[in-house]
Amino acid sequence: MSRRAALLSLLVVSLLALPHFAGAYAISLATLILYFAYSGQAWNVMMGFAGQLSLGHSLYVGVGAYAAGALFFHYGIGPWAGLWVAILLCVLLGVVIGFLAFRFGISGVYFALLTIAFAEFTRIGFDHFNWIGGPGGMFLRVAQRDAWDLANFRGPPLMYYYAMLALTAGAFALCFFLLKSRPGYYWQAIRENEEAAQALGINTFRWKMLAVAISAALTAVSGVFFAFYYNNLFPEQIFHISRSIEIILGPVIGGVGTLFGPILGAAVLTLLSDSITEAVAALGWEIPGIKQVFYGVVLLVVILFLPHGIWPPLARRLGLHKR
Amino acid sequence: MPLDLVLNVVVSGVLTGLVYGLMALGLSVIFGVVRVVNFAHGEMMTIAMYAATVLFAALGLDPFVAMLPIAAAFFVFGYVLQAGLINPFITRPEHSQFMLLVAVAIVMVNAMLMIFGPDARNVQVSYQLESFEVGKLLIDKARVYAAGAAVLASASLFAFFRFTLTGKAIRACADNYLGAKVVGLDVKRLYALTFGVGAACVAVAGCAMVLLVEVTPSLGPAYTLLAFVIVIVGGLGSMGGALLGGVLIGVSEALAGLFIAPSAKSMFSFGLLILVLLLRPQGLLGKRS
Amino acid sequence: MKRRQFNKALAAAGATAAVSPFGILHAQAQKLRVGVLLPRSGYLGFIGQSCQKGADLAPEVIKGILGVDIELMNADTESSVDTARTRAERLIQEGAHVLVGAFDSGQSAAIAQVAEQRGVPYIVNIAAAPQITEQGYKFVFRNFQTAVDIVRNGLALIGELLQATNSVPRSAVFMHVNDTFGQAMAKGIGAFMPRLTQLPFKIIDTITYDPAAKDLTVELSKAKSTDADFLLLVCRLNDAILLRREMVKQRWNPMGIVSPGSPGMYEEQYFKTLGRLSEYSISNVPWYNPNAPLTKTVEKAFLKRNPREKLVFHGLNVGFTFEAILAAADAFGRAKSTEPKTLADAIRQTHITSKMTLGGPIKFNEKGQVEGIGSACVQNLDLIPKVVLPANAAEAKPVFPAPYYKKA
Repeated sequence: MSRRAALLSLLVVSLLALPHFAGAYAISLATLILYFAYSGQAWNVMMGFAGQLSLGHSLYVGVGAYAAGALFFHYGIGPWAGLWVAILLCVLLGVVIGFLAFRFGISGVYFALLTIAFAEFTRIGFDHFNWIGGPGGMFLRVAQRDAWDLANFRGPPLMYYYAMLALTAGAFALCFFLLKSRPGYYWQAIRENEEAAQALGINTFRWKMLAVAISAALTAVSGVFFAFYYNNLFPEQIFHISRSIEIILGPVIGGVGTLFGPILGAAVLTLLSDSITEAVAALGWEIPGIKQVFYGVVLLVVILFLPHGIWPPLARRLGLHKR
Repeated sequence: MPLDLVLNVVVSGVLTGLVYGLMALGLSVIFGVVRVVNFAHGEMMTIAMYAATVLFAALGLDPFVAMLPIAAAFFVFGYVLQAGLINPFITRPEHSQFMLLVAVAIVMVNAMLMIFGPDARNVQVSYQLESFEVGKLLIDKARVYAAGAAVLASASLFAFFRFTLTGKAIRACADNYLGAKVVGLDVKRLYALTFGVGAACVAVAGCAMVLLVEVTPSLGPAYTLLAFVIVIVGGLGSMGGALLGGVLIGVSEALAGLFIAPSAKSMFSFGLLILVLLLRPQGLLGKRS
Repeated sequence: MKRRQFNKALAAAGATAAVSPFGILHAQAQKLRVGVLLPRSGYLGFIGQSCQKGADLAPEVIKGILGVDIELMNADTESSVDTARTRAERLIQEGAHVLVGAFDSGQSAAIAQVAEQRGVPYIVNIAAAPQITEQGYKFVFRNFQTAVDIVRNGLALIGELLQATNSVPRSAVFMHVNDTFGQAMAKGIGAFMPRLTQLPFKIIDTITYDPAAKDLTVELSKAKSTDADFLLLVCRLNDAILLRREMVKQRWNPMGIVSPGSPGMYEEQYFKTLGRLSEYSISNVPWYNPNAPLTKTVEKAFLKRNPREKLVFHGLNVGFTFEAILAAADAFGRAKSTEPKTLADAIRQTHITSKMTLGGPIKFNEKGQVEGIGSACVQNLDLIPKVVLPANAAEAKPVFPAPYYKKA
């Protein structure tokens, strides 16, 4: 078994076994890490693979969450059906944005700003959209919490942990196969030099659109998870630009374009944030804001000295580099 | 809808827009030349606003007077920030730049929270609540002065870029990076200078803004976004464009607020941004690159 | 508490202690560990820190009046739902017996889920979304009015205000901020106003505005152009200040500014920033009773810890945060156990009449909600907020219309 496969299996097994030797707090933290790992991976498809910087990914989280949430709230339609509506809506949105951007030749920073504009536009729009509760938010009925009710996606935190683990593993596998397949190679070509790729006859428009669609679809799922995990949605919070930033923190710190980067980044950042909180509390420095200053400084340092993220140098250390 | 109501709203929209334009000026300069996505723009303005409140509380300096020392301080700050921190990032991908400045912004916001606490602060000048009466129009004095500062600042910047050697050199870097280097311009130093100039603009804007709005540590992000919208709409690197963009946003938001729903007026700005990005990405007064 | 109830509780505690997996040790714990979750940083930082003052003085005061030992475990939710959730989990893991918090409805809802899941009692200090106590939770309690109650009480107080001052405004323009709170209030007003036929005024226009707006010129121009007799306002602090300033700049002097129930106009910053302009603004909000003996005790403790502050500017936040911890301590005192289910049952039996805030006793109904919490009509007079109604708690007489009123 190759070194990679061995380490990966070890990781998967540990994550599966985690609940046996970790308390409820660790599980909730782990669920959060996996959530960010998954969202980061979804975003990574668009950025890391196809080179399109989206700073408005909260749009898909929000639309996905509200779609499934509203169906459940108003019609009692379960999350598994709502999931498809969520995915459909988000893919549609992604396609529209992608189409508008690519046809009109918008890229780079301008594309990023376009995505922000769409997310903000939607945020304010949903704040006035009373069917889904408007600014007052939508509260999903929380039923029982003890048994695993997969049909309605209700149950103990353990269920959510395993669900998120499955999602993250699935996304990882999907990206692995995508990278190895034709779209993957086309994406890498487009990312490295779009003009050259076009010159080679690659229909860059089509492949970029595919990246956007997949990314949007995957993110929609995280939105549905969010809706049924937190059970309350507010436009101000879920479409907010800080959520978009949260999503991209993991991949950027971990390593954009790499497979494992988003997962590593999410883990490092969440654990870092938590450790700083604990450290600051232990030292008795209970000044509000001090924890975020430390966090920001660490981010700065990582970005300055590890421009490609933490994963590439770490992978080299572990001897995981190909050939 | 009575005419004088509409007129009042439009006039105030224009004035507010000019102040927004002033705020966006700094970003236009930085973004237009150095091509760095300064996502800490709003936070820098917030720091300037705090500086103005401190100087007012300590020395009783009117913000328009405090503009000079604060702008000078910010010039140095911007220069150092660019030369020290941001310079290596110019050639790096956008998401790295973005992350860097997001991290800087996080540090700034929370440092301000630690130093100043969460309370809102402001200055209380004598003319703050007065209005000029022009026929049926009531025009906010503070806003007029702030708009005046905006026009003056833009004019000076324009003169700087058009008539001074340094200004022309900076424009050369913006227009043709390689060419500028070939010609022997010290691009690094010029970039740092530009960032300094941009930061000084932000400082001026902050001093003007502090007359209109309370400062809180979390004020920044909304203004960063607004500044980007204005710069895109008005056109990168164009002083007039920033002001024009500001006025456009100011007036359209005011009218949208008047005729449609005030709480949705920001939707208008973002809608406008989307339209401009799609149909005329260089902005109204920008050049096609 | 009645003897029979006490005996039942004791028996229950004893039985639970015997079979509880936590063992006898916990059941005989001497201290109650209270996890306090508040947004002390982020955009709600100011309010969270204000609430924290109420928590900080609680152990000392409660020891004095109940003889119960409590230990605070403070956590910052950072104004974020994710953080609120994980911090709640963390506190429970570290041995918190009961949770208190968190001011914001979204964060409180997240904590409620965790508390319910882990079977740890959670007392909400301040959060108005009705849904929090409508989810059928068994471990979640709230000693605060829901948005619906706040509106109802607020409107009723307006009626009382007009009666007390013999004023008859015919029209009001309703401005409200478009966020969770504002929208809930607007809905409530829409529901209650038609029924309140004894109120002499009609709402002739409703203007909604963005909470993040830094410029409210347009909104106020619209309001002014309605020529309404007074301004009915649901706001937050910053926009309240902006609007008051705009009123001066645009020279609009209605009969007054009345809030049927929102923060802003009674907060310290409003006075500091506006000075004399803050005078006469009215807020109908849940408030503390200035004459209650417990208020005096709390005030002493507050001033000891915050010598340069005035309780009146933090009264609401401090009062309700303190009372949430008081309820927990009171239940602990009766249950003599920190076993969560016992504690929750004891909380459900709470009946505290000697309290600091206005209204009926602290008594949780089957949904965990306290009914009958009172509101006061608080008017800004002499640069501090003073209770002007109800009469039995009043510190001054209401002034309406305001002296600056100029008929349009």
